[in-house]
Amino acid sequence: MKKKRYFGRAAMFIVCAFFAVSFLLPTVLTITNSFMSESEIQSNYGMIFSTTSGGYVSEKVNLKFIPDKVTLSQYISGLINTPDYLVKFWNSVLLVVPIVIFQVVVACIAAYSFSRWRGKVRSGIFFFYVILMLMPYQVTLVPNYLVSEWLGILNTRWSIILPGIFAPFSVFLITKYMRRIPYSLIESAKVDGAGEWQIFTRICLPQCRSAIFSVTLLVFIDYWNMVEQPLILLQDADSQPLSVFLSSINSGEIGLAFAMATVYMLPSLLLFLYGEEYLVEGIANSGSVKG
Amino acid sequence: MGNKQKAREKRRDFLCSLCYLSPSFLGVAVFFILPFCVVVYYSVIDGVGTRNFVFLENFIKLFQNSAFLLASRNTLRFSSYAVPLAVVLAIALALMLESRIPFKSQFRTFFLSPMMVPVASVVLIWQVLFNYNGSVNELLALFGAKAIDWLQSDHSMIVVILLFLWKNLGYNMILFMASLANIPKELLEVADVEGASEFYKFFAIKLRYLSPTVLFVTILSLINSFKVFREVYLLTGDYPYESLYMLQHFMNNTFRSLDYQKLSAAAVVMAIVMVALIALLFKLEDWFGKDVEG
Repeated sequence: MKKKRYFGRAAMFIVCAFFAVSFLLPTVLTITNSFMSESEIQSNYGMIFSTTSGGYVSEKVNLKFIPDKVTLSQYISGLINTPDYLVKFWNSVLLVVPIVIFQVVVACIAAYSFSRWRGKVRSGIFFFYVILMLMPYQVTLVPNYLVSEWLGILNTRWSIILPGIFAPFSVFLITKYMRRIPYSLIESAKVDGAGEWQIFTRICLPQCRSAIFSVTLLVFIDYWNMVEQPLILLQDADSQPLSVFLSSINSGEIGLAFAMATVYMLPSLLLFLYGEEYLVEGIANSGSVKG
Repeated sequence: MGNKQKAREKRRDFLCSLCYLSPSFLGVAVFFILPFCVVVYYSVIDGVGTRNFVFLENFIKLFQNSAFLLASRNTLRFSSYAVPLAVVLAIALALMLESRIPFKSQFRTFFLSPMMVPVASVVLIWQVLFNYNGSVNELLALFGAKAIDWLQSDHSMIVVILLFLWKNLGYNMILFMASLANIPKELLEVADVEGASEFYKFFAIKLRYLSPTVLFVTILSLINSFKVFREVYLLTGDYPYESLYMLQHFMNNTFRSLDYQKLSAAAVVMAIVMVALIALLFKLEDWFGKDVEG
């Protein structure tokens, strides 16, 4: 009996390890290959992204993890010689940072209203938010496009930032946390003569600190990798974020693409390693549509 | 407390709640509700210039449009494979990580890592793996199998499903782990004492408690499966192999021609389908949740 258990656990471990390795593989491959020289990349993958760059091209693809010679040449050519990538990276920052900050701020304020007071109208609105949150882009992009056109902000950053700020996801998640704050806490603050604003800033916000952090992480990761919105709302190639621009890197510069992808991955990877617990908690709490 | 004072307090509360809600709600109204009403309006007129009311004509045209039909068929087909896989595999992973195996927290980190990777670089790797001369075919050759042109054949769906699972399993797994942690320990202990098999414990106890999460994850995966366009687009461009032409391709290509009527009708149809699905989810969650709560 005991032996059987042990065997089962070993089997599970192997299955998990297999999955884990295959999950990690693309990430690791991207990072290690970013340290290869262009000629090494060409000789490994030249077959696929065949261009006229000459040099030795192997007949088959060579999936290779460890570079023959570690070099920073891809980073140098991407970050220093072609300022284009830095500009695109900066575009991403300009798009994502305002969205994340203002979405979370607006969401905290709205969540206070949803959690502090109940009522038919408010729960109706909350339900509507949940539906809106679950709508795919295909539905919301057409309305976004129309508004941008009316406001004359089409092809500017604002056409992505403004709808982003009011996206309901963080309202939903922060409300769920705020509803858990015991009412007695609020009641006693009221007895002590605290106003609504004080209750909000001194009690509710500090209580939800970890929730706010995990929502920030989730929203950041989501928008950092966005593709659909810029593709439709930002036709102008110069203001595209790096997440879209990465894919247009010339197929003769695969090494460069690996390096720039690594650079782009860095912020979300660091945030992830730093705040994994918060991220997991945030995801875990998004698990039910009801309060 | 007098009645008058109570009424005054009630009014004050209402005004306060309005104040706090208004920034968000105004934004939602301006950027989502109002324009969506216009979208509905556009879907029943014959043109933005002429504005003749045509009722269902746009919808009929939409359902006769071969590109739209192809896109919906492909999207549905993709979802019907990808969503059940994403749910079942995520449950399996969550159960495995719940049992006592070494390196659990490392495994969790690894499973979540795909969330961070920018789509474009994933796509690059996928091209290396699934190109005609790529690594997967090389591996197949070792076993004597014939090379497959993964992206330009009916196998392309498999490639995209793998990509979808890779991206989404981690998130789903966390959701299931959270809900597994909520199962009352006593119940499982009693089952152990009574000598219930793992198999029985899973189907009779765990799955019952998991059922609301199963529904939620199903809906979430369904929505994410609509988003898979992102990967397909970067993998294969505007006009991919026929079986990969998704709804978002249709929308994108229609955006280019700015055919508002077609776009609006498509958006309305999708909204209706989504609302129906979400309503179903709520009903089911009520139904399953009843005997577990409390």
